[in-house]
Amino acid sequence: MLLDLTITQLSQGLKAKKFSSEDIVKECYSNIERLNPSINAFITIIDKDVALKEAHNRDKDRGSDSSVLHGLPYVMKDSYNTQGIRTTAASNVLADYVPPYSSTVYQKLVDAGAILIGKTNMDAWGHGASSENTDFGPVKNPWDQSRVAGGSSGGNAAALAARMTVFAIGEDTGGSIRNPSAWSSTTGLKVSYGRVSRYGCIAYVSSFDTMGPMAKTVEDCAHILEIIAGIDQYDATSSPQPVPHYKDHLRDKLTDLTLGLPKECFGEGLDTEIKASIMEAASLYKKIGINIKEISIPLLEYGVPVYYLIGTSETSSNLARYDGIRFGQGRGEFTKETMRRIMLGTYALSAGYYDAYYKKAQQGRTLFIKEYTRALSECDAILMPVEPMVATKFGELINNPIQNMLADIYTCQTPVGVPSLALPCGFTKENLPIGMQIIGNMFAETLLLRLGYAYQNNTDWHTKKPNIGEHGK
Amino acid sequence: MNESKHEPIIGLEIHMELKTNSKMFCGCRADWFGQEPNTLTCPVCLGLPGALPVPNKKAVEWCVMLGLALGCEIPLFSKFDRKNYFYPDLPKGYQISQYDQPLAVNGWLEIKSPTKTTGDEDTSDGGEATTSTPPRWRDRKRIRIRRVHMEEDTGKLLHAEVDGQKCTLIDFNRSGVPLVEIVTEPDIRSSEEARIFLKKLHQIIRYIGISDADMEKGSMRLEPNISVRELKSAQNTSEVTRLPAGRQGRGSSDGEGIKEDLPNYKVEVKNINSFNFAKKAIDYEISRHIKLLNNNEIPPQETRGWDEKKGITYSQRSKEEAHDYRYFPEPDIPPIRWTESQISQLKSQIPELPDQKVHRFMAEFSLSEYDATILADIQETAKYFENALSITPGVSLGLSRGSRITPKTIANWIINKRADITKTTPEELVKLISQKSQVVQMDEKELEAIIKKVLSANPKAVSDYKSGKEQSLMFLLGQVIRETKGKANAEQVKQKLVQLLKYPGV
Repeated sequence: MLLDLTITQLSQGLKAKKFSSEDIVKECYSNIERLNPSINAFITIIDKDVALKEAHNRDKDRGSDSSVLHGLPYVMKDSYNTQGIRTTAASNVLADYVPPYSSTVYQKLVDAGAILIGKTNMDAWGHGASSENTDFGPVKNPWDQSRVAGGSSGGNAAALAARMTVFAIGEDTGGSIRNPSAWSSTTGLKVSYGRVSRYGCIAYVSSFDTMGPMAKTVEDCAHILEIIAGIDQYDATSSPQPVPHYKDHLRDKLTDLTLGLPKECFGEGLDTEIKASIMEAASLYKKIGINIKEISIPLLEYGVPVYYLIGTSETSSNLARYDGIRFGQGRGEFTKETMRRIMLGTYALSAGYYDAYYKKAQQGRTLFIKEYTRALSECDAILMPVEPMVATKFGELINNPIQNMLADIYTCQTPVGVPSLALPCGFTKENLPIGMQIIGNMFAETLLLRLGYAYQNNTDWHTKKPNIGEHGK
Repeated sequence: MNESKHEPIIGLEIHMELKTNSKMFCGCRADWFGQEPNTLTCPVCLGLPGALPVPNKKAVEWCVMLGLALGCEIPLFSKFDRKNYFYPDLPKGYQISQYDQPLAVNGWLEIKSPTKTTGDEDTSDGGEATTSTPPRWRDRKRIRIRRVHMEEDTGKLLHAEVDGQKCTLIDFNRSGVPLVEIVTEPDIRSSEEARIFLKKLHQIIRYIGISDADMEKGSMRLEPNISVRELKSAQNTSEVTRLPAGRQGRGSSDGEGIKEDLPNYKVEVKNINSFNFAKKAIDYEISRHIKLLNNNEIPPQETRGWDEKKGITYSQRSKEEAHDYRYFPEPDIPPIRWTESQISQLKSQIPELPDQKVHRFMAEFSLSEYDATILADIQETAKYFENALSITPGVSLGLSRGSRITPKTIANWIINKRADITKTTPEELVKLISQKSQVVQMDEKELEAIIKKVLSANPKAVSDYKSGKEQSLMFLLGQVIRETKGKANAEQVKQKLVQLLKYPGV
């Protein structure tokens, strides 16, 4: 079916008129109609006729110089403001909120001619790693519907795995792109802080939030990133670093490169099957000429407290605007998990506790940055698991707040700001997806995508899809 | 008497809206006053989900310029912070402000002290003889500036009745307008000193041209902090004023090695919108505190409001109810890092300030301090004066050769409003003055005849004058001017008159 094709293949096919945007959009809706009632990947599905009409228009206005994303249907995490289209951040607080403006990323995709078909389910405000902390019902994992899809961008990963969309736009604060990618066997890129404008994406932790692509392949991610990245006059924290032509570098030779494996990531607590898969990936890299080296990140375990102290502090302030005056619903509509984070953050910032918590965490953050800088001076990129365990059963994380936080152990290096690419690297005996991540220096997205591309050229994990009944043609 | 035993300790916080074209963190127009509600808004100043602030460069630069004009140090590193609190006019639930690293710190502003106390003389550092720093007058006093920082204004609540129901409406036009906060050290000792300080600050702000500082439009708002100290002996009066200016760090009034005994309470009066109200509120508070202190009570630390109709203050919020603002660095805005050259570049953009101008007018044009101060009071007047001078032959070179128009003459015409300078160009003024003075010049003989006639008609006045009665001269002068039908220049007449009184035979 068309939705198994890559963005490059789809774009070429459209330009060669082998098929139309309408064909692709129809396939998406057929899968959405069939599978979403159980998967629950969406909070808002764009009216099919509206999407088809847009596809029809794209088919008419397509030219040889049209963007590679022109006429391709996609979905967005419901944290992105989309003018005239309801945007909830998965919270009842914004249940009926229709924004009067668009986020920069959405606007760039509109300009490229991509077709938004839905706003996806997530943990409310980004608060979670399982897409259970949502007022719109949990997202089910297409690989095993008794399990979560990961979070917070869980709707995206589920929609990709179930072939309801060509690509997705996620947001990663402490693993929110990488965790669902790993648990749903899709590919996702957490970009360097400042690489993509945050303007218009509802803030969770302003100093960690990053906007990034989620797709079926590394190559797809390269295409998307090239379009959404870049400095934005509406985001003072967006970087002036020029945007490389990522996809043109995917085939660059990988010579004299070293991947570091932090020994702290492979000790107790890591699922043995996941460990085996990562090791297998390391040997594959070795086979294609990349040096593998054991490194050490002794501060790794401090990532969770640093992340959760700064994160809750900032989110307690970021959510203050939902005061019940202007957005319809009051603060009583926040979920328990969100209230917990608001209270933790308020506490950490309070007079008498600031020095012991918030300030200490910021000092920890500085050490963490130094630690990663040192680690990344000993190697070109770091290879490690995304999660210590496979997708959990419903209730396992949401009912255990501490476990919920600890699940972020490998992904909460976001206080450092460095980029990380998550991609599928195997399955357990129970056929549950396993993901790995490759972390690089600030703005090393090109290198990460090259490494990921080489891996996917030598494996086929990323082509596997869940067995949820044959569909399409 | 109570006054002899108590000394007021006053500090000021001043909020001032900048007149930049756009708001502090978005592109909306900043001139909100009088506009239809909620027409100057966008996602950023409405605090909509996902919107981000981008600081206004001009506003930040202007804030630094004001800091420099107030003699502040400009730290090379500064940042914005979030001040978290709930109020319906604050759309984000926090105000973007500056907490521990403001744009400008440790400055001072010199004022003419209204009462000469023994201590005031010590505020002069002595022989400052550099050309850039004007000499310090002996009746001057330095009020130290603790900090000058940048923040954003809030929206405005309107309590109204809609469809017969009482309600509160919110207008966000003002939300996000650039606001500068100036905080003094508690160096002010009377309500009159406070008034003089505020007027001077207002003048400097207008000079730099960064704000209308229009009290009626609320673009300048005043918050005095008042406490009263009981004095053990009269000699203690001015302990604080003797502190070296601008040597203290932020948040501390205790200079190193200098003992300063501040009361352990203070009362803040909020949002006063006129200098006179500030003076009245301070006076009201001082006498209220003294009454309490005389009853052996310490006035409670609190925030009070000013009721301008009743002329009283009233309690708004006690110390216990004070907010914990949970300040933390604003993560949406990268910190500010200046280079020395950027700061000196901003310094060079500051125009000549009132004090410098007064000194120059006195030195360059031999004007009295009084005249120079009046001319320099409003920048436009000073500019007008200098324009008129520049086109007066000879004067611009500092020579009166070939012209009888002196800088003093021009100054007098402007000060005494002999011509309306809003309607008369400097060229027209100079022409007018020279016409007037030429009348006297051309008719010297005639003037002499008139004077002689007046002198012989008033022998008593003449002999009174000769016996030392100066008033007689003024009487004779009046007579002569009347005879010339007002055409003669009084100064000219006076000179000629004195000459003829001394040497009547000439």
